[in-house]
Amino acid sequence: MGILIYTESDNGKFKKSALELASYGRTIADQLGVELIAVSFNHKDSQTLGHYGVERVIQISDPSLENFTAKPYAANLAAVAEENDVKLLILSSSANAKYLAPLLAVSLSAGYASNVVELPEYIQPLTVKRSCFTNKAFSTCILENEVNIIGLSSNSYGIRENTKEIVAVDKSVTPRETNLVVENIEKSSGEVSIADADIVVSGGRGLKGPENWHLIEDLASTLGAATACSKPVSDMGWRPHSEHVGQTGKPVASNLYVAIGVSGAIQHLAGINSSKVKLVINNDPEAPFFKAADYGVVADAFEVVPQLIEKLKIFKNS
Amino acid sequence: MKILVCISHVPDTTSKINFVDDSSAFDKNGVQFIINPNDEFGLTRAIWLQQKQQAEVTAITVGEVSCEPTLRKCLAIGANRAFRIDIKPTDGFQVAQQLSAHCKKENYDLIIAGRESIDYNGGMVPGMISALMGYNFVTNCMGLEIQGNTAKAKREIDGGIESICCALPLVIGAQKGLVEEKDLIIPNMRGIMQARQKSLTVLPANESQVKSSISKFEKPAPKGEVKMVDANQIDHLIELLHNEAKVI
Ligand SMILES: Cc1cc2nc3c(=O)[nH]c(=O)nc-3n(C[C@H](O)[C@H](O)[C@H](O)COP(=O)(O)OP(=O)(O)OC[C@H]3O[C@@H](n4cnc5c(N)ncnc54)[C@H](O)[C@@H]3O)c2cc1C
Repeated sequence: MGILIYTESDNGKFKKSALELASYGRTIADQLGVELIAVSFNHKDSQTLGHYGVERVIQISDPSLENFTAKPYAANLAAVAEENDVKLLILSSSANAKYLAPLLAVSLSAGYASNVVELPEYIQPLTVKRSCFTNKAFSTCILENEVNIIGLSSNSYGIRENTKEIVAVDKSVTPRETNLVVENIEKSSGEVSIADADIVVSGGRGLKGPENWHLIEDLASTLGAATACSKPVSDMGWRPHSEHVGQTGKPVASNLYVAIGVSGAIQHLAGINSSKVKLVINNDPEAPFFKAADYGVVADAFEVVPQLIEKLKIFKNS
Repeated sequence: MKILVCISHVPDTTSKINFVDDSSAFDKNGVQFIINPNDEFGLTRAIWLQQKQQAEVTAITVGEVSCEPTLRKCLAIGANRAFRIDIKPTDGFQVAQQLSAHCKKENYDLIIAGRESIDYNGGMVPGMISALMGYNFVTNCMGLEIQGNTAKAKREIDGGIESICCALPLVIGAQKGLVEEKDLIIPNMRGIMQARQKSLTVLPANESQVKSSISKFEKPAPKGEVKMVDANQIDHLIELLHNEAKVI
């Protein structure tokens, strides 16, 4: 009996979420006195996982797993879970993890709770708090099954070092027939994705037009942040849909969310609520967003953002 | 081509979220219900396939009689027929099982469900249907073309877009991009009149299991006061973000 985490990597490095899963899984493994096992695909770096509390990593490398495809990945995770008598699996909230989790749940006859935001309240029966109503509320969810899957909300637990002696085991691939082919992957070049970003800089209709987006982009690149926007901005084609955040767009759970010229409509706030710190810049002191903000500046974006960029550059270089 | 669109009946996006019965149930009092936005993008894409490629579009929901106005709206938007599986939805697995039991009798070529609903945000129904049916599956689906037995789909990934080719039958988790906001169909008088004549059949529930239950709901803790910083004191703002909030 152990706990299994699915660790994702990108460009030959574990993603931050993988280390967060390890930290979270470690804490539960200690409570239960069981082993923390990780699975990694086409990436070998047991030392890093050991730092965050993993005791055994099962490494599966195969050309057929080079591009993520949900069914083969789910089949391989299910095989490891069954072979090791795993009762609790922990996945991240990445697009890929959310893609395979329901497949894995069916194949293991497991219960599945997505968007879990804390350590389990109880282990028996497994009781977890998850966000619902697009971050407007939380529910306490009880999973009374032999095997359960937790999808951990990103950035909800944090990364904690806890070095363990780790054993790396290579395992051969469990082949899974599929006629689904990934023909092409178009990466938005060089930028940080909203899902992985520590800081997100978001622009609304207050920026008046796409020609002014250099303000958002410059501020984001100064902060090493991802760029985002409100729904009307993407609907009008000022920015790509992939940047639309909110209730009907992407959720944001960054450490810092900077909103510029965004009014703070309920649907926008719903999606960005789980960001830890919110800075709002708006020229209207009555903008509803200020009520949901931690820091606010009443100012014309066109005047204050260039100053903010300048001063941040000085701060970063000091 | 036979298309099934799975519809979730959810509170309008502007709804105030409150709970009743000792915080164990959502307070429906005064709440307007709508077609889940992700489902509506999928429904609209299905209607285009009906108009251009002679698809037959069925809308289905798992829910009680109170969901019927939402299904009527789907008929007014253009679905050919609708089904309601008569059971109170309690968890994603149960809903997926109910829908799969129906799908097994109908041989749909394409099953569309929203990537996730805006109420429980489980994000599991489309994937579980695909697993229970043994069909192909693409979630976060933001583009779909079908020729003969082949689908070309686009999936939004973290930081990019993936192009996928696969055979039907296929289940997709729908989202914006499949059609745009401006493409959503607002039912006109003719559509609303026609919808009254279309069939909305109530199906008895099949046996299904539940794998999770909700013991209580809560709202986020009220947050502290906003700290306002003068526009002429940007240095102070940076200092607060660095020393107090520790985010830069
Ligand atoms: C079903 C549904 C789903 C929705 N889902 C989402 C969603 O997921 N995400 C989302 O964002 N919205 C969503 N919306 C839309 C939402 O209701 C708002 O309309 C939208 O968020 C407003 O966008 P905005 O803040 O950019 O624009 P506006 O509301 O027009 O606000 C612009 C703001 O900019 C400020 N401003 C203007 N000029 C300046 C300046 N020079 N300097 C500084 N500030 C300035 C103004 O004071 C104002 O506050 C949804 C709506 C519906 C009905």
